[in-house]
Amino acid sequence: MTGMIEPMIGRYVHVEIDGEPHRIYFEESGAGIPLVCLHTAGSDGRQWRHLLADEEFAKRFRIIAFDMPWHGKSNPPASWSGEEYRLTTARYTQTIRAFCKALALEKPVVMGCSIGGRIVLNLAIEHAGEFRALIGLEAADFQAPWYDTSWLHRPDVHGGEICAALVSGLIAPQSPDAWRRETLWGYMQGGPGVFKGDLYFYRVDGDLRGRVEGIDTGACPLYLLTGEYDFSCTPDDTRRTAAAITGASVTIMEQLGHFPMSENPDQFRRYIAPVLNQILKQPSFDKQGEHV
Amino acid sequence: MGAFAGIPALLDQAPALIHRGRTLDCECLLGPIDHPFHASIRGGRIIDLTPAPVLMRSWRFSYRASALAWAEYWKPVPRPGWHDLLALTKREEAVLEGDLHPFMAHLQYFKDVLALPRLHRPTVAS
Repeated sequence: MTGMIEPMIGRYVHVEIDGEPHRIYFEESGAGIPLVCLHTAGSDGRQWRHLLADEEFAKRFRIIAFDMPWHGKSNPPASWSGEEYRLTTARYTQTIRAFCKALALEKPVVMGCSIGGRIVLNLAIEHAGEFRALIGLEAADFQAPWYDTSWLHRPDVHGGEICAALVSGLIAPQSPDAWRRETLWGYMQGGPGVFKGDLYFYRVDGDLRGRVEGIDTGACPLYLLTGEYDFSCTPDDTRRTAAAITGASVTIMEQLGHFPMSENPDQFRRYIAPVLNQILKQPSFDKQGEHV
Repeated sequence: MGAFAGIPALLDQAPALIHRGRTLDCECLLGPIDHPFHASIRGGRIIDLTPAPVLMRSWRFSYRASALAWAEYWKPVPRPGWHDLLALTKREEAVLEGDLHPFMAHLQYFKDVLALPRLHRPTVAS
């Protein structure tokens, strides 16, 4: 065998979400503290491939990236009869918790980007005690809409082309062309209406203004990192959100946009490595919240 | 703005971009807010670019931005918030009007066509 084989391994786990069986595809590498990674709206877990292949992080973390149902290699559930896909705050939260439970993950870290960053805030609000730390990339409690999502799913506009073209401007100009194209390729491959359905959570159902003030970063540390070129979730959106949360850590990442882990993995590593190191230094707690 | 007058020739030198717009035939208004150009696009090529207004000439959509916005958009490395056509509309430095279908159906094409002066900076007076 002469080909270089990357370290991550992909498998399927059967997960009950709100009583419905789902077959969820995930990839993982490494051993240690579980680090569950959530992809952006309309894309899939391939966005995390550089982190999954990071040998240093894998020495201390079990890095896991799963495809949300309807995304990547996680098909819609067998019970789906073709109705419009719409992600809700409740369903997204259930999905993450059910996935972590199905893999019996003990106090995982969850890191999400974009919609994944938004839902991380909801995890901090409602379920902080279940997680060792939460990391929101391109995360805010709310951000102003800048296009009409109905363009994402209509028969006279190519769905893959429009999804990619809309988000292309969210990538920093400094990001290498190859990673830019790969990031957009993920958007070109989403199912019809899936990106739009994810944005139902982002735009309509998942407005967390007025709720993030209740986040207890003493129960679960919260790290927020946003790229300077993200004009969807702007640095000011993240700063405003963090200002309402006592103890939240904020980092604005230079020369990065809305997809830091896939658009420029080397640049992203400079920012995420200190966060992961800080998490490694956290005291451990048992299930009752006692120091161990 | 001299840079706009040069865009059709720059596009003629970009066959991959023309290919992406190969099904596009469209009349549109592009350019600075106060003095845009009528652009006639056929098969992805800009076959005519004429300063507006032109007597009774129709157009389907208009994308117009401030002079500052174009200058920033064409910088070799644009600043955050000035680096994308829709970032400019979000910050209200540009306006998008009319029947948006041809623009949205060819969104990456228009982003790249209107960015051509950035790639050919030495020949551009911005």
